[in-house]
Amino acid sequence: MEHNVVIAGFGGQGIMLIGELLARAGMEQGKEVTWLPSYGPEQRGGTAHCAVVIADEPIASPLLPEPQAAIVFNRQSLDKFEPAVEKGGLLVVDATLIDHKSERSDITCVYIPATDIALQLGNSKFTNMVLLGAYLGKANPIPLESVLAALPVFLTGKKATLVEVNRRAIQAGLDFVSKP
Amino acid sequence: MSEKVLMKGAEALAEGAIRAGCRFYFGYPITPQNETPEYMSRRLPEVGGRFVQAESEVASINMVYGAACAGVRVMTSSSSPGISLMQEGISYISGSGVPCVVMNAMRGGPGLGNVAPAQADYLQAVKGGGNGDYKRIVLAPASIQEGVDLFVDAFDLADKYRMVVMVIVDGLIGQMMEPVEFKTTVDVNALKKPDWATTGRHGRDHANIISSLMMDTATLEKWNLELQAKYAQVAATESRIEEYEMADAEYAIVAYGTMARIAKTTVRTARARGIKLGLLRPITVWPFPTKQLQKYVGQIKGALTVELAYRQLFEDVELALCGKVPLGWYGRGGGVVPGPQEILAAFEEQFGKGR
Repeated sequence: MEHNVVIAGFGGQGIMLIGELLARAGMEQGKEVTWLPSYGPEQRGGTAHCAVVIADEPIASPLLPEPQAAIVFNRQSLDKFEPAVEKGGLLVVDATLIDHKSERSDITCVYIPATDIALQLGNSKFTNMVLLGAYLGKANPIPLESVLAALPVFLTGKKATLVEVNRRAIQAGLDFVSKP
Repeated sequence: MSEKVLMKGAEALAEGAIRAGCRFYFGYPITPQNETPEYMSRRLPEVGGRFVQAESEVASINMVYGAACAGVRVMTSSSSPGISLMQEGISYISGSGVPCVVMNAMRGGPGLGNVAPAQADYLQAVKGGGNGDYKRIVLAPASIQEGVDLFVDAFDLADKYRMVVMVIVDGLIGQMMEPVEFKTTVDVNALKKPDWATTGRHGRDHANIISSLMMDTATLEKWNLELQAKYAQVAATESRIEEYEMADAEYAIVAYGTMARIAKTTVRTARARGIKLGLLRPITVWPFPTKQLQKYVGQIKGALTVELAYRQLFEDVELALCGKVPLGWYGRGGGVVPGPQEILAAFEEQFGKGR
């Protein structure tokens, strides 16, 4: 069994972080994981993405030319990864920032006003966690609890106080997609 | 530490080198391997080692040369253009018969090229680069874990044969994160100080002198013959390969490093379609696992070499199998990394549907 996802958006939106969080939680579950970032002459505000694979078997290729799922944080990323998602796959879109719908009928699209939800929780910086929650709710690659449990690894020192609100953000995203 | 940790390749490899006993690192920054020296600069002082950021790659490799002459475990790392600058030093170190480890995180070339993954320094690593008749042992890990494990072997082999050992990776392995386990920690205090080291006479009846300069032709030829004998021994005993799904294979992909890892997915996809495809992955690219490849003469109907370069690895596959097995080739350059499906498409184009 293998789950894989591409996470894409602007540098600074916490794309790499939720990818790493997912990989870390997967590892703690005893899974094989890879986390592969886009790299190169990156700049603040430029687009960035990472590819995460979580599998039971040793992972061969860490590249995801046709990911099972894509989480997109901006329009450029939607345009880039929407065509790549495999047939029957999943596209998670921040509907607050992206005023555009996918034209594909062979994939599941989730439009979640993630930035609005994050603002309701107090800060747009939680948007990444809301989107991660939506992805977890739809794809269920690993148990929610394992992701929540891994949060303190990334939020240390002064940021430790933010663990709880980040947990709520993940839960809010998951709740949004779990609504009947 | 024997539990798994999630680490970036370039940092995990640095930690692997330290676990293998490396205590001295000299280098000059270049993408995509800067996390390696950065990690070394933080960690080496913690374990009683020394990190120096040199003024250039030429200086780095000569600092490595100096430390190697003192009989300590020393390394440098760089990426393609930086490694090119080090070739003179690598030749001198080889000509002097002292051990060290050099890691090359290969990037797109020629020239400055770009920072994306490539394997276009293959021929430089396995055939030449510097002047004179010398060889390096060249290890090509395909995963972070394998890289960490191979670093222990890299330093052991360097010491055993008094040779330069190169570890060749690429930006993809360097930038990726994977769980990794540090299984071995070498006790540097237990390592025997070599009797050839230039660390003072200490009452010995002779002075140790290390040099690659031998003006007398007969002396230099004799030294060359000693080196050749050593290389022949390494070639006969140290080649390694991973054979994946080869037991009943009718076709094989030959690839190393990152490319082999991606090709493994190609093999799985092909197998699911009923094509009996396997993978031959050289772990040492010098010595090249020629004999291990030749084992499949008579069994396989074709071998497709796949590389992030233009017919470099292919040369060695051709030397091993030419005229005995039909050969195909697929490669990409400039930092473009093909996916598993593109490799499968190339295979099907060159070998039909593999049936």
